[in-house]
Amino acid sequence: MLSIMNLHAGINGKDILRGIDLEVRAGEVHAIMGPNGSGKSTLAQLLAGRDGYQVTAGSVRYLEQDLLTMPAEERARAGIFLAFQYPVEIPGVSNALFLKTALNSIRKQQGLSELDAMDFLQLLRDKMKLLRMDELLLPRAVNEGFSGGEKKRNEVLQMAVLEPKLAILDETDSGLDIDALKIVADGVNGMRDPQRAIVLVTHYQRLLEFIVPDVVHVLSQGRIVRSGKADLARELEQRGYGWVEEQHPARKAA
Amino acid sequence: MNIQLESWEHMALEQIPQFLAGSGVPWVSQARQSAFERYKAHGLPTRREEEWKYTDVTQIGKRASLAPDSIPPDPPSEAALFSWALAQEHPHLMVFVNGYYSDGLSAIGEMPDGARLESLAELLDGTAELSSESLDASHEHTIFGALNTALATDGAVLHLAAGTVLQDPVYLLFIASGHGTAIYPRNLIVVGEGARATVIEHYFGMIDAHHFTDTLTQIKLAAGAELQHCKLLQEGNASFHVAGIHAEQAAHSRFGSQSFALGSRLARNDITSRLNGPECQCEFDGLYLLDGKQHVDHHTRIDHLAPSCTSREYYRGILDGESHGVFNGKVIVHPHAIKTDAHQSNRNLLLSREAEVDTKPQLEIFADDVRCTHGATVGQLDDDSLFYLRSRGIDADSAHSLLLYGFANDIIARVADPGMRTRIEHLVLDRLPQGEQIKELL
Repeated sequence: MLSIMNLHAGINGKDILRGIDLEVRAGEVHAIMGPNGSGKSTLAQLLAGRDGYQVTAGSVRYLEQDLLTMPAEERARAGIFLAFQYPVEIPGVSNALFLKTALNSIRKQQGLSELDAMDFLQLLRDKMKLLRMDELLLPRAVNEGFSGGEKKRNEVLQMAVLEPKLAILDETDSGLDIDALKIVADGVNGMRDPQRAIVLVTHYQRLLEFIVPDVVHVLSQGRIVRSGKADLARELEQRGYGWVEEQHPARKAA
Repeated sequence: MNIQLESWEHMALEQIPQFLAGSGVPWVSQARQSAFERYKAHGLPTRREEEWKYTDVTQIGKRASLAPDSIPPDPPSEAALFSWALAQEHPHLMVFVNGYYSDGLSAIGEMPDGARLESLAELLDGTAELSSESLDASHEHTIFGALNTALATDGAVLHLAAGTVLQDPVYLLFIASGHGTAIYPRNLIVVGEGARATVIEHYFGMIDAHHFTDTLTQIKLAAGAELQHCKLLQEGNASFHVAGIHAEQAAHSRFGSQSFALGSRLARNDITSRLNGPECQCEFDGLYLLDGKQHVDHHTRIDHLAPSCTSREYYRGILDGESHGVFNGKVIVHPHAIKTDAHQSNRNLLLSREAEVDTKPQLEIFADDVRCTHGATVGQLDDDSLFYLRSRGIDADSAHSLLLYGFANDIIARVADPGMRTRIEHLVLDRLPQGEQIKELL
């Protein structure tokens, strides 16, 4: 589904990604772990189509298309979803209007008719129930005045409504207490599907206790320095990121 | 002698036209005459005056005539304008065409006891007990106020006796019909003790008509009274519009003013309130949506004259093309007005390089133990917000419009009357790319 080859990218002349290779197939859950500044969020945002990054080498193919030439909205319509590390507040625009606009944009692209108001509301209510979200968040402006946990749950709600093919969750676990983490994890697990791939970007192993990945990658200095099964995450937790970096001194020097 | 005076003389309008209402009533003639003298002595303001630094009204002085129309406008065209202007039925509707009350187009429904809604001209001409407060010179904050007193043709007079609650809004529609007319509406709203009302002033004109409106609304709120006042300016993009909205508030009264400026070539709104008794609440909101060469100026002034009053001001602008927005918010906390709580904010979005905003808060505080804050911003749409929307599949144009709608909506949501709120929401969306699409999803 997603194939990243030798991706080099940076921002304002500063290299951040220095040769990423990553293969994600439908049905898989990948975790990308790494210390602060390793390039995790850059990778996530770049895949979602954020402007401002310069790709200096490499390629990204998504469902047989050249992803890097597509604007952000086309990527979303083609099934890519990024759950933001810092969800943005949109004053004056209700959560309901935002979700309706987004869903209709995507449905239109897929040749589906727009959902009528009643069906849409029913869909939203069902999804919100699963995430134990208060319906009062619907008429409120997007993320405005939401608690940290509400914002993260709102990201997962959007994912549940938009039903992407490739979901990238950027530090969705940060700032969540254990109860909220479980709710979010349940939401994500409920979306595991043979047709869908999920990429979890996280600093901590904690989230991976609840969403068990098929593959764990360790990102360091803009490269994937190690990949393994779920137990790699636990090993990292015990030994720290220094352990991986020590094993790759040559790369660190580069 | 300045240029305005010359053009005034050029107009050969040496005296107040005889056809104006109340010309046979001594106090009316006197009030008009002294206002007229004030105007003649001063002329139109120039940019050398601090209050007019950013707004150049020379063009108004160069008009062929400042005299109000004496000829009734053409009925068919006013009927057409009327149908464009209104989106729904209004229970208490007064329609004025070029400053003259149109009985045929108006429909004043049944009012509760203690409520009276009448035409100013009829009251001035009649023997009714209209006091001289109806042409009160103390409301002449600018020389345009004096000009209005001198030349006012007609307007609405709303009187609410103590305890009277008017459920449905009073809708005043001011239609500018035809080219080149000068229009002088004058309104008076008197809300008795504990009484409550909503008044909408809607100024509507043809797209390319060169008319000039100089309007003034006086508001008096007795103790515990409440008035929500919403002004919608939708005159054509060639018109000049100058408005004064001036309130006097007694203790515990509440006054809300909303000003939506969506039209006209040059508009100036002077909105003021004097908080004369303790624990008044006063909120001014405004939204200006400008394009082309439009110029809109909001000058506000709130006088805190008594303790424990609260005032709030929220003004926002979206400016495209070569448009120019001006906001000047003066708050004066007089001695003894302790425990004043005043806040003011003016936020602007510039959508083009040529658009311009001058924003100036003016806080003058002469009392202790007060809380006064203000903030002003001028900026562009936020890239993070745009990316967030686009990452959800919303195309760039729609994302822009959605953000602009949201920015405007924070002000629109403050309109108390739901019908008016929806109306303004739609008018704003009509101006945005893909706005139709957003409208359908609301």
